[in-house]
Amino acid sequence: MRVLVVGGGKLLYFLSRSLMNSGHQITIINRNREECVRLSRKLSAVVVCGEGSTPAVLEEAGAYEADAVLAVTPNDEDNLVICQVASVQFDVPRTLALINDPDHEETFRGLGVTAISPTQMLVRLLEQHMAFDDIEQLVPMVEGNITVTELSLDTNSPVAGMALKDIPLPEGSLIAAILRRGRPIIPGGMTVLRERDRIVVVCLP
Amino acid sequence: MPKGHPSHSSAREARMEPRGRGEGELFVVVVGCGRLGSIVANRMSLLGHHVTVIDNREAAFASLSPDYSGFRVEGDATELATLHDADVRDADVVVVATESDNINLMVGQVARKLLGVQRVIARVSDPEREDIFYDLGLETICPATLVSDEIVESLRRDHGIGRAQDR
Repeated sequence: MRVLVVGGGKLLYFLSRSLMNSGHQITIINRNREECVRLSRKLSAVVVCGEGSTPAVLEEAGAYEADAVLAVTPNDEDNLVICQVASVQFDVPRTLALINDPDHEETFRGLGVTAISPTQMLVRLLEQHMAFDDIEQLVPMVEGNITVTELSLDTNSPVAGMALKDIPLPEGSLIAAILRRGRPIIPGGMTVLRERDRIVVVCLP
Repeated sequence: MPKGHPSHSSAREARMEPRGRGEGELFVVVVGCGRLGSIVANRMSLLGHHVTVIDNREAAFASLSPDYSGFRVEGDATELATLHDADVRDADVVVVATESDNINLMVGQVARKLLGVQRVIARVSDPEREDIFYDLGLETICPATLVSDEIVESLRRDHGIGRAQDR
């Protein structure tokens, strides 16, 4: 994917680095000249120096060809406008805005922009972690309407040795994947769970 | 001048007091009490309209004239709570006039599309952004465009330059 990332600081650096490592083509827009120089030395990404919400700068950064725009500046309003300009003026199919104020999630949705709130994610993660100690990872998705949970079956788990079809799972939950001795398995109804399996559960919160 | 509106009231008092708008009186919310916002607020207030000004710096309210009889709400207009404090939902007109085009664009859209305000006028500093404001359904005023139009027009008048040559 060709991805335009607008913003600065460590978040932008590590985000761009991770996306590049997974094979995406990254263009960075940053308004600070010194930071642009630093970024272009450290990363092999194209770096455009300018105000990311300005149409001319987005165009220079290749917005017409971009598959996605990620707006991760520290200002919610800038991220909103960056995403709106990208989708309205340049028809970028996917845009994502970072937000600080969790209330903006709804506001942005009302204005047609998908927002990600780290604040809200951390709050949800913390609350859910406190509720279940043996759960290792929990990721809220689709604005928190679905959670993806990873958990390990300990040696005396009541479901070890049972086929999936015989396990009375609560309504609205699904065992989507099993990790057995490091090997991923997409299970069917006949798959039998074993001790020390790590399972990935998709469920409603 | 509207009667019975002490100039230092808070928005809370404003809500408890019935607005009792007369014929042709507008409820105007001005976002941003800078040079432009404060002039708009002062003038609309002097014309007898109900005005509320929002700014996140208390010091900004100093630029309101002593005759200003509307309300002041101190807060960040990108937060919905601030817009609710200022009763933006009930406004006839919202003028967004902060120094930041992106704040104006965001607050303008929230007022127009989410809070249903009928008329929103947004100040845009960068003439290149006027298109995007328009595409997002906002009425704009761009001081740079207005002033440059005025300068070019007055030069035309005084020097008899024709319209065609300008293009």
